Amino acid sequence: MKISRHHTQGLAKGVIWVAAFSTLAVMFWILYQVLREGLPLLNLGFFLQAPRQMGRAGGIFSTIIGTLALTVVAIIIATPLGVGTAIFLREYTRESRVSRIIRFGTDCLAGVPSIIFGLFGFVFFVIFLRMGWSILSGGLTLASMILPTIISTAEEAIKSVPYTYREVSFALGGTRWQTIRKVVLPNAIPGILTGVLLGVGRSVGETAAVILTAGSSFITPDSLFSPIRTMAVHFYILAREGISMEMAYATGAALILLILAINTVANWMMYRYVHKA
Amino acid sequence: MSIRLEGSSLMEKQTKIAIQNFHFYYGTFMALKDLNLSIQSNQIFALLGPARSGKTTLLKSMNRLTDLIFGTSHTGQIFIDSQEIYGPGVSLPELRRRAGMVFDLPTALPLSIFENVAYGPRFKGLREKSRLEEIVEKSLQAAVLWDEVKDRLQNSALRLSGGQQQRLCIARVLALEPEVILLDEPCSGLDPISTASIEESLTRLKEIYTIVLVPHNIQQASRVADRVGFLLEGKMVEEGPAFEIFTRPKNKKTEDYISGKFG
Repeated sequence: MKISRHHTQGLAKGVIWVAAFSTLAVMFWILYQVLREGLPLLNLGFFLQAPRQMGRAGGIFSTIIGTLALTVVAIIIATPLGVGTAIFLREYTRESRVSRIIRFGTDCLAGVPSIIFGLFGFVFFVIFLRMGWSILSGGLTLASMILPTIISTAEEAIKSVPYTYREVSFALGGTRWQTIRKVVLPNAIPGILTGVLLGVGRSVGETAAVILTAGSSFITPDSLFSPIRTMAVHFYILAREGISMEMAYATGAALILLILAINTVANWMMYRYVHKA
Repeated sequence: MSIRLEGSSLMEKQTKIAIQNFHFYYGTFMALKDLNLSIQSNQIFALLGPARSGKTTLLKSMNRLTDLIFGTSHTGQIFIDSQEIYGPGVSLPELRRRAGMVFDLPTALPLSIFENVAYGPRFKGLREKSRLEEIVEKSLQAAVLWDEVKDRLQNSALRLSGGQQQRLCIARVLALEPEVILLDEPCSGLDPISTASIEESLTRLKEIYTIVLVPHNIQQASRVADRVGFLLEGKMVEEGPAFEIFTRPKNKKTEDYISGKFG
């Protein structure tokens, strides 16, 4: 039977709508599930108190600090490296053997499971470099994990800056670096920020690699060399070891709120930035 | 080499740009073939020719913007004054300030009007605010844009109309305080009134600068040019005073082009 053009049109539309809505549905279902169980348990004390009795009681203060510290360290290390690599690939080399090798390397790195990064971090940073379980070991490990994402999004962002901007800048006597600083990077910032945000998301949500490199101590850290427990790890341990399902959900809810807050702030910054010009 | 140069500059005191046996290639495609040309200072030199005849390539060769394109090469020489611009030790930013270029499409940078014009001077290391303001005002006036934008210099240049953006591009180049101005169809997006004011300012600008212009039509060349070169498939078919080229061209192809038989 031949399907009329009208029908294929309808069918395609239907399939696309179903796809779009199931994505939304999955997201809302997860949010609903976690927030329904977790939100009622959230209060100011939960955010501001240290965990007690292995997390059965008290709050999650030290894990919030741990999460933020670890993420900040990872981002501070990975962003300049990633953006620098992207600038090198886009502005300083043409398609060549070197750039292909670098790109192949980052693609491979992007495909490596996080537990492998954890193992590497454990062997290299924790043991070999004697950093121990610490914010620094964890941050370095997460930085290498999110590096490929930052590189490829930054590269896309830099690529999408119109060629004419560069040509004009060179024609006005700009050097390569002046051109990058004055026209390429400012116009690539929103895209670069997207990559950084993806990196933040992965850092905040990572568990396996973090347990292996930053430990799982819930004592509030006082230096880069302190071990920490992140919210995601806390959640995992609470649930996995049957310590307290309620507290696990509460932590999960707090984690979701944190990610939401980070995204909102970043979007707002991006909006401000884009509309300034 | 230097001896020959001094000799030639004695004969033609006013030569600003000298092009000698210049070939230009995109990969293996020869875009410019054995060009020999000298352009006098304080004149408007118009490059005529149909599409893809090499006009833009020649313009961009004069300040080495062609270097940005991968896989290009050249033989022969181009001199500005007595400096071989493809020679060793040439500073590209400096060369491009000496020979400023205006592109055929308006290409305002996503910055304020003020910053667009101050862009080049800042690269030169100019920081002093009053001096920058002075240059910006002077350049915008010379490009016949000042009166339209003087009250909104801090607005985004992207909100200007196409014609205004093109005049902004001219102002931006003037702010470099160049010696040579390369214009690639600078009036292609302009209405007749803006075109007239641009042409008027070009004739004033040649008092100070040497201007190489790819006009956007033959009439424009006849209105402003002092000398005209006719390019066809990368070869300079004919070159001479504008009056002669337009009234009694020596070459049949030039005549056909001028009279609108092709192009």
